[in-house]
Amino acid sequence: MFFDILPLALVDGIAYACLLFLVSMGLTLIFGVMGILNVAHGAFYAFGGYSAASFIMMLAPTTESAWIPLVSLFLVAIVVGTLLGGLMELVLIRRAQAYDPILKLLLTFGALLMLEDVQRFIWGAQPYSASEVVGRLGNIELGNITYTTYQLVVVPATALVAYIGLEYFLRYTNLGKQMVAVTHNREVATSLGINAGKIGLITFIIGAILGVLGGALASPTTSLVPGAGADMIVLSFAVVATAGLGQITGALIAALMIGILRSIAVYMAPEVEVAVPYIIMGLVLLVRPHGLFTVAQARTI
Amino acid sequence: MMYAISAIGAALILAAGHFLPWTITPIIIGLTYAIAALGVSVMMRAGQVSFGHAMYACISAYTVAFIARAYPGTDAITLILAGVLVSVLASAIIGVFMVRYRGIFFGMLNLALSMVLFALLSKLYHITGGTDGLRIPRPPFLGMTLERESFEFLLLGLALVISFGLAWWVQRYFRSGNGAALAAIKTNETRLEYLGFSAYVVMWRGYLLSATVVGFSGSLLALIQGLVTPELGLWLRSGEYVFIAILGGAGHAVGAFLGALVFEAVKLTSSAYFPHLWQFILGFTLIIVIFLFPKGFVGQLSKRMKL
Repeated sequence: MFFDILPLALVDGIAYACLLFLVSMGLTLIFGVMGILNVAHGAFYAFGGYSAASFIMMLAPTTESAWIPLVSLFLVAIVVGTLLGGLMELVLIRRAQAYDPILKLLLTFGALLMLEDVQRFIWGAQPYSASEVVGRLGNIELGNITYTTYQLVVVPATALVAYIGLEYFLRYTNLGKQMVAVTHNREVATSLGINAGKIGLITFIIGAILGVLGGALASPTTSLVPGAGADMIVLSFAVVATAGLGQITGALIAALMIGILRSIAVYMAPEVEVAVPYIIMGLVLLVRPHGLFTVAQARTI
Repeated sequence: MMYAISAIGAALILAAGHFLPWTITPIIIGLTYAIAALGVSVMMRAGQVSFGHAMYACISAYTVAFIARAYPGTDAITLILAGVLVSVLASAIIGVFMVRYRGIFFGMLNLALSMVLFALLSKLYHITGGTDGLRIPRPPFLGMTLERESFEFLLLGLALVISFGLAWWVQRYFRSGNGAALAAIKTNETRLEYLGFSAYVVMWRGYLLSATVVGFSGSLLALIQGLVTPELGLWLRSGEYVFIAILGGAGHAVGAFLGALVFEAVKLTSSAYFPHLWQFILGFTLIIVIFLFPKGFVGQLSKRMKL
């Protein structure tokens, strides 16, 4: 029984983990650079899903191609992410730089509440989905199980490209290096001539695009309902906490762990499926109180 | 000063309950929110925000429901105390490992536990009634079997007494050595340890107190609603408690009550006049309040008068 469902659960789990990773990567990047745990990230995810789904529902009847809807998923993510992230950074986050972390978190919680109502106002309460993308890309047979190309290739490849791209950006480009400098010490970075405000805006936009992209990529395989964003944000919090704050590679591993074990639970013990990510996180934090990959920090007295 | 304001507030609430019986339920629910936020604000003193404290309200509410169904005729007071006792026991055990964590890890672990509880309560249908929850038959009050209206009025009185008792207790704690040590965890934990305090023990006591206070809120909520559902323990509920505590400010016990008053007022008026936008308005209020009064209403008040 267990070995029969394993390949299915693995593919499901990896596809799910990739979405989770995209969202968590955005969250952890924003936290690392700006020290803000952005609760509104869940709303970014939901906005990405809804706008991608409605754009594709509009676009799909006009073309037979499989590629145009797929590419438009990414375009939608970039446009929506830039708009939402930029707007929020300029209106809200920028003004709260000196605040207590708890207050910053609650500011974004307020933004989540507002954005959820805006989303309900625009898209209503009926479920949305963009399943055309999956259908047109066809299936792949492995062994004697049929997988959709979308879940087996497109989603994991996107996550991998995003991961490698971000790591490259942070390590080898000028802007990325400035970002890392701000992460280490904002004041010293500013005194060295780095425009920390600009870096903050760019970081927030990149993080928002990643969150929106997670939602956009989820829209072909899941149906979006109100509350999807809030569910996603607690899950990606669990990923980020399991990995250790600000750890991008850690988030990849934690997302894979949580995604795969959760989808195994869906097949084996559906009652506890909702609780699985939190149980994993609890167990990890019991052994490593600051997450899997955090490096020890010096105590300041 | 504070005593006079609170006494006037209580008298107004009792008068409202007496002359306008339909206000009783929303007032008690508002008080339970205030009590829960009071519990959350205890940990906020230490700079720790829990996104899972609703689980203690949930634990005590389900305890009330289980006992009231298993032993019909158990007195309301006994039910409330039993509910609180169980959440205290739960927090004493959970606290042993929870208080090692700080900041976001503290918040997330609390959230994780409350999600596990939520999942169990919704899935174990034959024990907990699943997402439909459990009905609670109206219990006798101090040995008297009462009609709905007089039961609710007495419950209102009891809720007020409990609110006063807890606010007094928490305020006393804030001014005690332990309470000051708890606040020092926020300022500088390392220095606190150098003074010879055990941060672990200080946090554990604070955690226990906060869960006790939240437990009272859960028991009361179960009795006034006559129904318990897993939603009581959902993280959004914990978020609302944090919201209220921030609105009011963690500087004084009265903050939670002010916060709950504003929260309920905003929620009721916006759901009456803009039924589709109440969340939007709530979020907007939160953002405005944080920008205008970063220390909550209490911080603003204590600038103007000595509390």
